[in-house]
Amino acid sequence: MANQNLRQPSISVTPEQYKQLAQQYTPKPTVVKNVVRAFIVGGVICAIGQIFINLFVTFGLARIEAATAATATMIFLGALLTGLGIYDEIGKFGGAGSIVPVTGFANSIVAPAMEFKREGYVLGVGAKLFTVAGPVLVYGIATSIVVGIVYYFLH
Amino acid sequence: MDLKRMGNQTVVFANPPVILSSYSIVGPKEGEGPLGKTFSKVWQDQLHGEKSWELAERKMLQEAMQGAIDQAGIPKEQIDFMLAGDLLNQIISSNFAARQIGLPFIGLYGACSTMALSMAVGSMLIDGGFARNVLVGVSSHHDTAERQFRSPTEQGTQRAMSAQWTVTGAGSLLLGRSGVGPRITSATLGRVVDYAETDIGNMGSAMAPAVADTILNHLTDLQRKPSDYDLIASGDLGTVGLALAGEVLKRSGMDMGTGFSDCGVMIFDSSQDVHAGASGCGCSAVVFAGNIMQRIKAGELKRFLLVGSGALHSSTSALQGESIPSIGHAVVIEA
Repeated sequence: MANQNLRQPSISVTPEQYKQLAQQYTPKPTVVKNVVRAFIVGGVICAIGQIFINLFVTFGLARIEAATAATATMIFLGALLTGLGIYDEIGKFGGAGSIVPVTGFANSIVAPAMEFKREGYVLGVGAKLFTVAGPVLVYGIATSIVVGIVYYFLH
Repeated sequence: MDLKRMGNQTVVFANPPVILSSYSIVGPKEGEGPLGKTFSKVWQDQLHGEKSWELAERKMLQEAMQGAIDQAGIPKEQIDFMLAGDLLNQIISSNFAARQIGLPFIGLYGACSTMALSMAVGSMLIDGGFARNVLVGVSSHHDTAERQFRSPTEQGTQRAMSAQWTVTGAGSLLLGRSGVGPRITSATLGRVVDYAETDIGNMGSAMAPAVADTILNHLTDLQRKPSDYDLIASGDLGTVGLALAGEVLKRSGMDMGTGFSDCGVMIFDSSQDVHAGASGCGCSAVVFAGNIMQRIKAGELKRFLLVGSGALHSSTSALQGESIPSIGHAVVIEA
């Protein structure tokens, strides 16, 4: 409490005791269930990606080009499912399994784009597009620069 | 002058204001819940033909408040104040609803405790002789709250098991100096209590000490015990907060017995996947205006205590690592 001179709360539980009580009464995250679901959903998403890679290879693309094309396809699917209002349901079920793959990244861009369209295309969509993906980009790019510099000096 | 105060923080009305009418509107999910039949109106979708959720929320509030006026059949000229609040920044839903309704307006912010707060302040205005009739109402909307306080609605994230689901709903009452209906006999305005909970996914835990503090002061001020009430309902602690408030009160020497519930627990059932229950200004408002008012009128509840509970943080204060200051406001309604 900010001011110790004021009349104290009337309840006979101290903040320290309450902290323990709150921990005891707050339901624990369902870790095992979440991990199993994330494993399945993440695996299915990656398997679909692999199917696309194999498809593109049979259509005559080189392995590395097929992987790029498959990534683009998965991004498209993630965006499409977000637009159709399906991806958030997958995310609720799959958790990290659907957030970590590239489809989750697509979801994190398209969801704010849809959300902030009503505030206009410049200060709405434009300004808020990266509210979720922004931190990933900032630290992803920053890390890649650091790794790049280290690599340069080691070789 | 004869003060209408009792104890530390309770006011007792000399001429208890009458609840002349009550009106509630909810969204589809609330309509499917166990109290679905008790609401005046259920919207079929979250937008209700509006271009944005914000427009839908303010329309819902305006319709609920107009509904309460129409139901009471009192001309607007005899209503002296409109008191309203909601969860959005600068309480815009209330401001825009007040623009349409056109009565002298007092905007209130008590987060999810705003319904109880507006009933307490409205009753004080009437019993103080400043108003003949006062229109009170609040609203919340799941999607407007979600985008303001959490993440975009289409974002694929998992909610914590202790998280509560913001109700889409608006409730309104018309309070009057005289007439037929249940009466608001006393009110205990709460103090801000902060027991250092920082998890915005666990509001029930943040608010429970504030609610317990208000209940304890209320009962002490009026020298009553929990069994003097047919029902005491907080609004809205959810399952986690309700259990915590009960435990805190027990440790403070006050066993609440079986007549202690929570609007956020009543409005949804466990099959609706809301985790720890409901929250939002609209929750206690529609549960009170619908279910509770019906039970009071049916004679099932003779004396009822509504304890509105509010988490008074903002998304900025939460991001800056501040704990969640909380409050509880209690109003007594007697048949």
